[in-house]
Amino acid sequence: MSRPVWLYIAAVVILAVALIAPMHFAAVGIRWWIELGVLQLLFLICDSTSTPLTSRQSAWSPSSSATLAAVVLLGPVGAAMVGAISVFSLRRPLIVAERLFNGAMYAVSGYAAGRTFIALHGDVGRPLPHMFPMIIWPFAAAAAVHVITNHGLLWGALRLTRKDSGLRDRGRLESSLTLLLASDLGYAVLGLLIAALWTVVGAFAAVLVLVPLFVARWAMGQFAEQQRAYAATMEALCQAVETKDFYTRGHSERVSRGSGMIAREIGMRPDRADAISYAGMLHDVGKLGVPTKVLQKNGALTEEEYAAIQLHPMRGLEIVREIGFLDEALTGIMHHHERIDGKGYPMGLAADEIPEFARIIAVADAFDSMTSNRSYRQARGIDQAVRELRKGAGSQFDPALVEAFITALQREGWTLPEPAAAPLDHQTVTAQDHDDPTAPLRVVESL
Amino acid sequence: MTRPRRCGWSRACDGQAAVTAHHQPAERWSSWQAMDSGRLLLLAAAGMLTVAAIAHTAAVHIRPAAVHVAVAFGILIALGELLRLALPGGREAAPIATAGAMAYALLLYVKYLPGHLPPPPVPALQVIAVAAIGMTIGALPHMAAGRSVGVTGMASRLVAVSCVAFIFRPLAGLHLIATQWWLAAGVMTVLLIFGCLVDAVIGALIRADDLGARFAVALWDEMRVQWPLGAAVGASAMIITFATEVMGITGLAVFVVPLLVTQLAFRRYAGIRSTYLQTVRALARVTEVGGYVESGHSHRVSVLAVAVGRELGMSEPDLLDLEYAALMHDIGQLSLRDPIPGGATVLVSRGDQQRIAELGAEVIAKAGVLDRVAELVRCQSLPARGNDPVPPVGSRIIRAANAFDDLVGGSTDRDRSADALERLRLDTSSEYDAGVIEALSEVAGRRRPSRV
Repeated sequence: MSRPVWLYIAAVVILAVALIAPMHFAAVGIRWWIELGVLQLLFLICDSTSTPLTSRQSAWSPSSSATLAAVVLLGPVGAAMVGAISVFSLRRPLIVAERLFNGAMYAVSGYAAGRTFIALHGDVGRPLPHMFPMIIWPFAAAAAVHVITNHGLLWGALRLTRKDSGLRDRGRLESSLTLLLASDLGYAVLGLLIAALWTVVGAFAAVLVLVPLFVARWAMGQFAEQQRAYAATMEALCQAVETKDFYTRGHSERVSRGSGMIAREIGMRPDRADAISYAGMLHDVGKLGVPTKVLQKNGALTEEEYAAIQLHPMRGLEIVREIGFLDEALTGIMHHHERIDGKGYPMGLAADEIPEFARIIAVADAFDSMTSNRSYRQARGIDQAVRELRKGAGSQFDPALVEAFITALQREGWTLPEPAAAPLDHQTVTAQDHDDPTAPLRVVESL
Repeated sequence: MTRPRRCGWSRACDGQAAVTAHHQPAERWSSWQAMDSGRLLLLAAAGMLTVAAIAHTAAVHIRPAAVHVAVAFGILIALGELLRLALPGGREAAPIATAGAMAYALLLYVKYLPGHLPPPPVPALQVIAVAAIGMTIGALPHMAAGRSVGVTGMASRLVAVSCVAFIFRPLAGLHLIATQWWLAAGVMTVLLIFGCLVDAVIGALIRADDLGARFAVALWDEMRVQWPLGAAVGASAMIITFATEVMGITGLAVFVVPLLVTQLAFRRYAGIRSTYLQTVRALARVTEVGGYVESGHSHRVSVLAVAVGRELGMSEPDLLDLEYAALMHDIGQLSLRDPIPGGATVLVSRGDQQRIAELGAEVIAKAGVLDRVAELVRCQSLPARGNDPVPPVGSRIIRAANAFDDLVGGSTDRDRSADALERLRLDTSSEYDAGVIEALSEVAGRRRPSRV
């Protein structure tokens, strides 16, 4: 850690100590200490059981509501001491400096909130019925100050430790801002609720509030488990489909990954990026409807056979249509062989008529096909495949998406498929790949 | 295949299909016609409660000071009913509405100011009237949007709330309850658990009747699915009750914030569960598109297997495994070079059957999370007798259901299914489990009771 960072942390810690130390601790009764202990415990429990609600990054950890309850019940120093307890957070193995900084940061913001509450004539102590609803205004101001101080101090630390802490794209920034605001409002409301309940049922308030939150956390755990199981099952089933063709093993999974890379690069919303990963995984499921002898045919295809291949996106759609959540992904599966110039199949859509999902999958699909071994050629290198993609940009592919993919490739890299060994006798192989833009399917010219 | 109106098969699958809550109007109508006595009794009880409660409340009038409280709780209940939650297994809950109604039943004071006389307690019938009206209003948008109205669920919730209200309202006037919060909290906890149980028992009775499950199994399933949400709802009801004492009625919407977090989490969980099932259902059809099995085979086998499993008293998690295994039981055929003619595995040699089962189990085991399903698929080719260890009951069910469907197909002809059953029965000495075959014939016999 560099010197400015140390100085910054030290300054915040000294400030926190300076705010708490002058308190006349002998003046407070035993009840104050008990309430402080319970709220500190509540803070630690909430802190260590955060609930990821919307996406992987943002967790709903309602520990700030313990601090805000302390603002009302205990006053500024009490709030600061509740916040300071995060030094002992159980959440992750933080290094000592980070722990100290977190504790000091929460202490300072708790103190600032407490001061605001008093300055606006909020009464410290158990709130009584006659104080409502007027108590809401000083409390709301205190909550706002808490949020601002908290994020301000955190932002300062991030600026010093990381040069590029700015978020990459606007879409994500906006969604995380709304999320942040919504969750801060939630914490504030919960804090006031705890304080109000305290008047009637004392420390039992903490138990009452924790029950729904624990259940929520349990449900999210179940959700995460199911989601993992879901992804694994889907992958296994897609692999089963691929076993029909020796050379295309792992193709679905790689197209899924590539599509996800492009989606993230162009700043797609996380839920849509997830959907397109699934679409990429499932894009060739319909190939199972194409007779094996057509897939294996070495030589020009008759028009009938070519039609059978052209039908596979529709067959895929037929299979996955009933999966409700796929909605937009369905269009991606159906149109992933359309071309920007309108010469693709099954419908011959052009340019913007082609759904975005389909345009993305088309790029990842062709790229993986080119960088994998085929029975009639060796895998091409990444550079060569990129050149081919650029060549096809504007005619076969969406140029913007090709560039996005190339940028993502440079940043994240690409794991090439294991070079396939020669197939065993009983394994079926494809003689020509419908995905390969460098070797278009040969079709017998009709008379 | 035209769906028979009242049949063991289609109803068995409806229970699961309802996860998506997409009911066709025709299906809704048919389920209305298929209404049984248990459901009618519940609806009649709830209806009578509602009428009595509203008549009584209208006759005695709500005290003017309590009108805004009643309205506020009514709105909360209506909102909660609007924000219903689909739970795994085709259940539907309305956590916020339940919490609101329970809280109104348990309400002691609204902004109790020391020195003032506590207000006279709210009568139980008024609680029921407010809950019934709120629920009905909240159900209207569902009706307008063409979703299922969920009358049964509403009736069940109303009966549970009524039980709690009838017990607690007289107690609320007691001096001890009114002054000692811990005593009140204790009584409330007991009553909330009781209310939850009432809801679970009604739910289990209805499900047992609908799906042909055993009551004890259905009750156990119901409690296992409901208890986490029930705990959150109960805690929230107490939060609302106690917070109203201090903050008054204005903050009512605020009190449900913790429950809202819970509901969001549950929504995501139920969502992925139903997506998972839909995906396996859809992907199981790749064998049909590839020409390996007859169209609709996997689906029919899974519906039949689940119905048989239920008949045999299997619990819901086991039934889910069984459904997955039945859907994917032919997935091993994908590894075959050429499709079996007609896809009927009952007609191929024992060795081939075993190979297909092994290959299928291998595919499923690759997922790493469906080991029990893989085991069921692996053992489906083993004869029921003469094997050590005995194949799991799920495998024996799939084996029988698969053979039955290979012989009968999509046909609903009674003679054909009787012939097939006779053929399977002849093989119970070695191939098939006698108990499973009996359950199968029970289920198959229920297919068209209207024609018997």
